[in-house]
Parts: sequence; C-alpha cells; structure tokens
Amino acid sequence: MVPDSQENIEIEATGLSKHVTSSEGELAILSDFSCRVLGGETVAILGASGSGKSTLLGLLAGLDVPSAGRVIFRSEDLAQLDEDGRAALRGRHMGFVFQSFQLLPSLTALENVLLPLELAGVADADERARAALERVGLTPRLTHYPRQLSGGEQQRVAIARAFAPRPSILFADEPTGNLDAATGQRIIDLLFGLNAESGTTLVLVTHDATLAERCGRRLHLEGGRLKQ
Amino acid sequence: MSGDMTFALKQLRSAWRAGEIRVLLFALVLAVAAMTAVGFFADRIESALGRQGGMLLGGDLVVVSDRLLPEEFTAEAHKLGLRVAQTMEFPSMIMLGEEGRLAEIKAVSPTYPLRGRLTIADEPFGDARKADGVPAPGEIWIEPRLASLLGAKKGDALAVGERQLKVAAILQEEPARGGDMFSIAPRLMMNANDVASTGLIQYGSRVRYRLLLAGEPAALDEFRQWAQGRLERGSRIEDVSGARPEIRSALEKSRQFLGLASMASVILSMVAMSLAGLRYVRRHLDTCALMRCFGASQNRILQVFLVQAFVLGFAGSLLGCLFGFAAQEVLARLAGGLFLEKLPAPGWTPAFGGLLAGMAAMLGVMLPHLLRLRGVPALRILRKDLGENAVVSWLAWLPGIAVMLGLVFWSARDAKLGWIVLGGLVALLLVACAVAAGTGYLLRQVAATSGGTWRVGIANLLQRPGVGIAQVAGFSLGLMAMALLTIVRGDLLDNWHASLPPDAPNRFVINIQPSQMESMRQFFVQEQLAPPEIFPMVRGRLVAINDHPLDTGRYVDERARRLAEREWNLSVAETMQKDNRIVAGRWWTASERGQTLISLEEGIATTLGIKLGDRLTYDIGGQRIDLKIQSLRKVEWDSMRANFFAVTPPGVLEKFPASYITSFHLPAGREDVLNRLVRSQPNLTIIDVEAILAQLRGIMDRMTLAVEFVFAFCMLTGIAVLYAALSATQDERIREVAVLRVFGASRRQVRATVLVEFAGIGLLAGLVATIGASLLAWVISDRLLQIPYAFNPWLAMLTIGAGLLLVPAAAWLGVRRIVHVSPRQVLQSV
Repeated sequence: MVPDSQENIEIEATGLSKHVTSSEGELAILSDFSCRVLGGETVAILGASGSGKSTLLGLLAGLDVPSAGRVIFRSEDLAQLDEDGRAALRGRHMGFVFQSFQLLPSLTALENVLLPLELAGVADADERARAALERVGLTPRLTHYPRQLSGGEQQRVAIARAFAPRPSILFADEPTGNLDAATGQRIIDLLFGLNAESGTTLVLVTHDATLAERCGRRLHLEGGRLKQ
Repeated sequence: MSGDMTFALKQLRSAWRAGEIRVLLFALVLAVAAMTAVGFFADRIESALGRQGGMLLGGDLVVVSDRLLPEEFTAEAHKLGLRVAQTMEFPSMIMLGEEGRLAEIKAVSPTYPLRGRLTIADEPFGDARKADGVPAPGEIWIEPRLASLLGAKKGDALAVGERQLKVAAILQEEPARGGDMFSIAPRLMMNANDVASTGLIQYGSRVRYRLLLAGEPAALDEFRQWAQGRLERGSRIEDVSGARPEIRSALEKSRQFLGLASMASVILSMVAMSLAGLRYVRRHLDTCALMRCFGASQNRILQVFLVQAFVLGFAGSLLGCLFGFAAQEVLARLAGGLFLEKLPAPGWTPAFGGLLAGMAAMLGVMLPHLLRLRGVPALRILRKDLGENAVVSWLAWLPGIAVMLGLVFWSARDAKLGWIVLGGLVALLLVACAVAAGTGYLLRQVAATSGGTWRVGIANLLQRPGVGIAQVAGFSLGLMAMALLTIVRGDLLDNWHASLPPDAPNRFVINIQPSQMESMRQFFVQEQLAPPEIFPMVRGRLVAINDHPLDTGRYVDERARRLAEREWNLSVAETMQKDNRIVAGRWWTASERGQTLISLEEGIATTLGIKLGDRLTYDIGGQRIDLKIQSLRKVEWDSMRANFFAVTPPGVLEKFPASYITSFHLPAGREDVLNRLVRSQPNLTIIDVEAILAQLRGIMDRMTLAVEFVFAFCMLTGIAVLYAALSATQDERIREVAVLRVFGASRRQVRATVLVEFAGIGLLAGLVATIGASLLAWVISDRLLQIPYAFNPWLAMLTIGAGLLLVPAAAWLGVRRIVHVSPRQVLQSV
C-alpha cells in the first residue's frame, strides 16, 4: 500500500511501536507500523476503538515519542529533536482538529483562532483570524465564547484555527465524533473544501467508513497493526 | 519578549473576563489587605501607645542632663519640626512662716507638658480639673503632701529661695511623677521664668535639666541620632520604653500580640493563595497543552505565565494596599475615639512592605505551579489524564517557603516569636501530612465496607491524595492561626486584668520606723481597712562583685551605670511574693534562715552582668556584708505592688537599721484617712500612685481595645481567606456533582456526598489545628509573653466543631446552586 514515489515525502514512519507498562504487564498499543504520506495527499487512518489510531496520530505529529521505530517529517527525524524542537516544528508546519474541539473556554472564537497565530508571531494575525472565521461562516460569532456556541460551531472555530496559520499538514482526530450526522457532514464538507483550496496534506483518524471514503488513501488499523 | 508580553497580557485579560483568576486575585488582595491593614494599624497603635506612654514622660523623647543643655539641642529640635518644652528639677527647703520642708521643685516652660496633662484642685484631695497651662509667673502649685506638711492652703505665700510665691492650686497629677518613688520629696511646681529671681540655682547646685520633645516618629529618630553623638557624660536620652518597667512590659506584650496577629494573616493568606494557585493551574493545563501543540517552547510558556503572575501580583498587591489602607482607616476611626489623642498618621512603610510582600508571595507561591504548567506535555490534547499530577521538584517550593519565612519574621517584629511560630508551623505541617496520609488508609477500609454517598464522598477524598493533604494542611493552618490568636488573646487580656485588679494598691507609705509597726496596724483596723503587708527596707550600696571592687566606669550603658551607682533597697522575705517567679536557682527553705543569701531581679542582674552563684558585697551604713546569689526572679512590675530588686532570707539584715514600706488600696472618697494618718504619725511619707495607676489602667484599656480590634479583624480575614481556599478547589466539586446528577443522584444524595467529603477534611483539620494551636499557645505564653497558660477544652471543642461544621457547610454553599442547573451546562462551565 505504500506509494512508490520518493519525492515530496511529508511524513515517513518506519517500524513504529508504542508499549505502555501497566499493572497487568506490558501492553502493545501499536506494533511495527510503517507508512509514507506525500505532500497534498489525503490519508484516512481507520480502525475500531482501541485499535491505536489516536496513538498513531500522536506519534506522527510528534506529540508523543515511540517505544521503537522513527518518524521523519520533511527530512527531520523527530527522535533527534527535543520536546521544544518538536514543538517548534509543529508550530511551523502542522495544524490540528480534535474530536473534542479543544477550544479554550476562557477565549472568544476570535481569540481561539488567534492563539496559534500569535504564538507564531504572525504580523497580520488579527486579519488572518477574522478571514479564517469568515471562511467557516462564523463572522457573526467572533466574540462568542465556546460555551455560547453549538457543537458544530465550535468545530468550525477549531477548523478555522487549524487552517489560519496555513500549515503544510493537518491532523484531524475524529473531527465528527462529537457531532450529529447532518452537522458532521457539513463539517466534513468544510474540511475537505478548505483542504482542497490550500493544498494541505490531510491525515484523518476516524472509525467512520463513509468519511474515510473521501480520502485518497485509507490505512486500516487492527489491534495496533496495519491491516494489509 | 515584547511579543510574549503582549500575548501574556492578552491571555490574562481573557482569563480575567472568563473569571478564571478571580479567586487567586481575591486571595492575594485579601492577603495584602490583611497584612497592610494590620501593619498600618499596628504602626499607628504602636505610636499612639508610645504617645500614651509619653504622657507618663510628658513627651515622646526626653533629654535628661545634670547640666544646662547647649542651645543647639533646642535649635535642632525646632529645625526638625518637633515641639519642645524644658523643665528643671532641684530640691530646696520651702518655708511657710517658721515651718520649713524639703520639696522637689520643678520649674517648667509654658509649653509643658507636651503629652499628658496636669490636673489641679483648690484643696488637697479636692475636685480635680485639667490645668490650663502652667503656673503663672509669681505663682506655684504644690502637692497635697507638701500642703499638709506645711499646713499651707491656696492663697498662701511660700518662701522659695529669695522670692515669695503664691500657692495658686494644689497639684494633683503630673506626667512623669513616680520615677524612683521611694526617694522623692513632695512636689512644688513653678514657672521657669521665676527661677533666676529665686537665686536658688548657683554654681554647683544639683539640678536635673530636661528637654522634652514631641512630634513625628521619623523626626524623633533623626533627633535621637543627631543628639546621641553630642551627649556629654551625665546626659542621656529617655523614651517611654525606658521610662517605666510596667509600661514597657505591657507595651512589649501588646506589640508581640499585634505581631502575632499580623503573622496569622500572612499565614492565612499564603495558604489561600497556594490553594487558589492550584485551581489556576488546573484551569490552565489545557491552555498549556494547546500552546505546546501549536509550537510554544517550555520556556516560552513559563515566560508567558511569569509575566501574568507578575502583573497579577502587582495589580493585586496594589489593590490590597488600597483596601488595607481603607480598612485600617475604618479600624482607626473606630478605635481612635477611644484614645485620648487622635491616632498619629500612618507611615508609608506598610504600603511598600505590602506591595513587596504581595509580589514576593505571588511569585513565590506560583513558582511551583508555573513549573508544573511548563511541564505539561502536548499529548494531553489527546490524553486528558496527562499533566494532571505532574510532580515538581521540592526545590521549586523553596522560594515560596522562603517568602513565607521572610514575611512571618517581618510581621512578627520579634525574632523569638518568629522562630517559635515557624517551628510550630513546620511541626504542624508534618503532623497534618501524616494525619491525612494515615486517615487515607483508614478511610479506604471504611469505604470498602460502606455504600452510597459515603463511598462516593470518601472516594473523592482518596482520589487525589495530594490535593486532600494540601486541603487538610491548608485548613489546619487557617484554623490553627485563628485558634492560636483566640487563646493568646484570652490569656493576655486575663493576665492584664489580673495584674491590675480594681483593688490594686494605690498608696505607698514609706519611712515607717520599727516602733511604728504596731500602731500602723492598729490604725488600719480602726479605719476598717485591711492591714497591709509591711516590708523592711535596708539601704545599701553595692561595692564589690565576687570580691572585685565595683568599677562603675566599666559599664558602657548609662542605665547600668546609674543602677550600679545608686543605693539599693534590700528587703527581707521568708516566702516569695505572689507576683514573682523564679527563673534560675531556687527560693530558700526555712532551714536556710540566717544564711547570707540573696535573690535578685533577673533584669538588673542581666544589666549589671551578674550571674547565679556570684557573691555581692554591700556597704550598709559603713558595715559590709557578703551575699551569695541563690536565685534570679522575674518580677511583674505592672502589678504596682511593692517589689524589690534584692531580697534576703530572714535573719540576715536584722542587725542593720531599717525602715519599713507598705502599700495599700484606699477606696475612692476615703482620702480623709490620709490626713489622719499623717497627723498621727508625722514622719510617714505617703506616696499617691492613684494617678499613675489610672494612667496605667487607661493605657491597658486602650491596648485591650487595640488587641480586640485587630483580633476581630484577623478573624474576619481568616474566615474570608478560608472561604477563598475552599472555592479554589470548587471546580472539581462542581464537576463531580454534575456527574452525580447525570446519573440521577437526588439533591439529598449530592449534599450527603459533599458533606461527607468535607466533614472528613474539616474534622482532620480541626484536630490538627487544635493540637497545633494549643502547643504553640503554650510555648508563646510561657516563653515569650511570660503569662500563665491554661488549656481551654471548650476552645478545643469549638475549633474541632468549626472544622467539622463550617468547612462542609461552606463547601455545600459553593455547590448548592448547581443542583438547579442542567448537568450539561455545568460541565461546559468548568
């Protein structure tokens, strides 16, 4: 299933494993996973609950370190970087959309979108944040707090926040997991539409086969292993 | 960094709008307000008490000299904006016709007294009124005793040196009367402008000149420093603390209590801030994880939060100072009316101190929390449990502990008190942690066998052992600070009241001859007064210590030299007086009668560098006697009873000529007794200390009020701060209650869960606080204030009861409203 092209590789994972030690002994969450994701590609990681999808996403995005194997992101070996190095890499290249939205409750919609832009020191942060929110249709909700927004609206803010810094790759973890079917559908349309416009690489974790269908490529995980 | 600054400020503003930092800010504002209010108020009360004491001195500061002071002293005082008065005191024979008596003349400048007042009457022991100024030129005021000795009355002309001066009033009360009360002749007060014309002051006359000063403490300090280097031998500076031992002792105790109250507010505040900091951290874990996710480095996160803590610290401290200032103004207005004079204006030190203390407390307390935030992993975005219980090196707590120690010492104003309380605090924290951990084990056993709300409540306690211990320790400290203040306040006030009972002796009779002992007793019986205890008094001079001739020149301290040079009043006692306490050695037994032993007052022994076991040689009327120091005594000078620096067993001093002294209480309205006593035994000298006693009572009453005010204020602060501490952990409770509601728990079940959890915490805290407060109060009473301590079981029960009832009640109040709101809404809000 791994594409042959050696050019334009965004992420290359080789022999990734993640074990955790619990009172019942060692538990393998992910075993010997390898794949390549090319720039501009849309990849769905499919699997049931507990299959290791989110763990894999965490490893690919450098949020976590593997027990074995390595991840190369744009020719940088994530294992060679320290925590701050990986954070800087994420700040420059990566965007995130989460199942539970992860909006900060104390910030308004606009301030939530501004957060990554201001952290990156973007000069025209305010305009870009407003433009991003306009693109997701939330201009009338700029000063609203997350608790004043519906689930769909919160996820739209999260999508605006993910795209505003213009990342080269977007990681989405069950983006419709907390939403009803109709709202979920609208969010997916928005996500794919924005992705197409910006040419961003998309790595999407889901257990929803229809959603996965919209991606160019699908990787199935089962019991922490890639199903061939 | 400037980008980070803007970012940090924007985040802070958002957090403020969302109400996330209100509890922390509230705790800080309260902390600083309490510290500065007590600081400001204590400062003002202290200087007011100083002035009140100054009334006994006639001024705030006095330069005493046996020579006329150079003019530059007065000029310097005027330059510093101080008020000035001069007095001259010298003994002289006063004549009325053929009758002559030795009097202690005091010539005063028109501005005398600067503090306190003169009261006069038209006849001895008649209706007293406040004098308007000083005796006019050509006039004099005389004490009742002089009037009685000379048979003089208002309007008579007395010969004072070469002048005839008219008695214009009977002098009833004057500041600074007392001093060495056993060697004073009756007072005659005259105008300083008349002195030259009396011709009494010649070269070699024994005159004591006094320059009295009053004004702002800073100016007084400056004057003291300026004068110190210019004083010649025979001159010294006196202030209220050196003036009278009984006032010094009472002032010292009230200062220590105010220090203790101030310390209690520091402790309470730091506890509240630390717990509020916990909440702040929990609310920012997600922010940090997200920031890490978006590329922020750990140091950047630390910088952002440090900037926030700094800004918050500054704003909170400033606000706290303002509130503190306002609160003390209210306190001062309430208390001010109870003082004779207006309370002096507060200094700026407490404001600066409060600002610095607030900042230091904020940064010190927040550092470990911020380091936790710095360490939050980005993966928390996907796994909520991460970063929740991040452990910070114990080193991170050091700055906070150092700040607390620093503040405690600063507010204690007394190193010994600081160390005692700190030792107690450390011990209490260890006990609290041990008790909380031990109880955790017990609760686990209970939880296993109980059901329903009990299990949930106990499970909540056990779920976060760290937070549980922090809460128990926090509440214990808070309750302990309040209980400690209550105990010490009670003991202190009881002790004060007991030291000056309504029937405290108000008259001393000296110069009683051995032959008059019996007639004195009969006189008291006839007058239906209780016959007083009569003490022998032998006057002797200390000439050698351990066979080394006494060289008074070796004493650098002026007071020590004076004490060593003057004649001692040695007394005899078989049993020790009730208001004395042995601090070293032991009192003699009956079998030691006649042995050449001596018991010394510990203060004079320290001043003169004399130890237990030393041998003192006294010269009594040309005969020498060696006495070995068998004990050192602490004397309650504020009891106003006849007390002696030096006492020997019976059978030692009997061969020397002695006179006797007694003191008794004369009820108001029976002053005629005194006239009869003097008439029947004309050689007796009666010293009226009623006025001093009244002044002393007035001072103690005001100190009592000051102590009560500060105490009440600290209690209110304590309750408010404990509430702040409680609301600091409210988020978890709200979340738990919402979850219980989701699963259909009734209001009653929810209440029971909360009550069980917090009754557990409150009970433990109450127990630990009671033990800590009782032990600390014992040490403070015994070692520092030197007042008797009695364990109060009611207060112990009250403290435990307060923990058991108030903590759960307040916790329930905090979450009560949530049971009316939909769980979804609740969960979204925290």
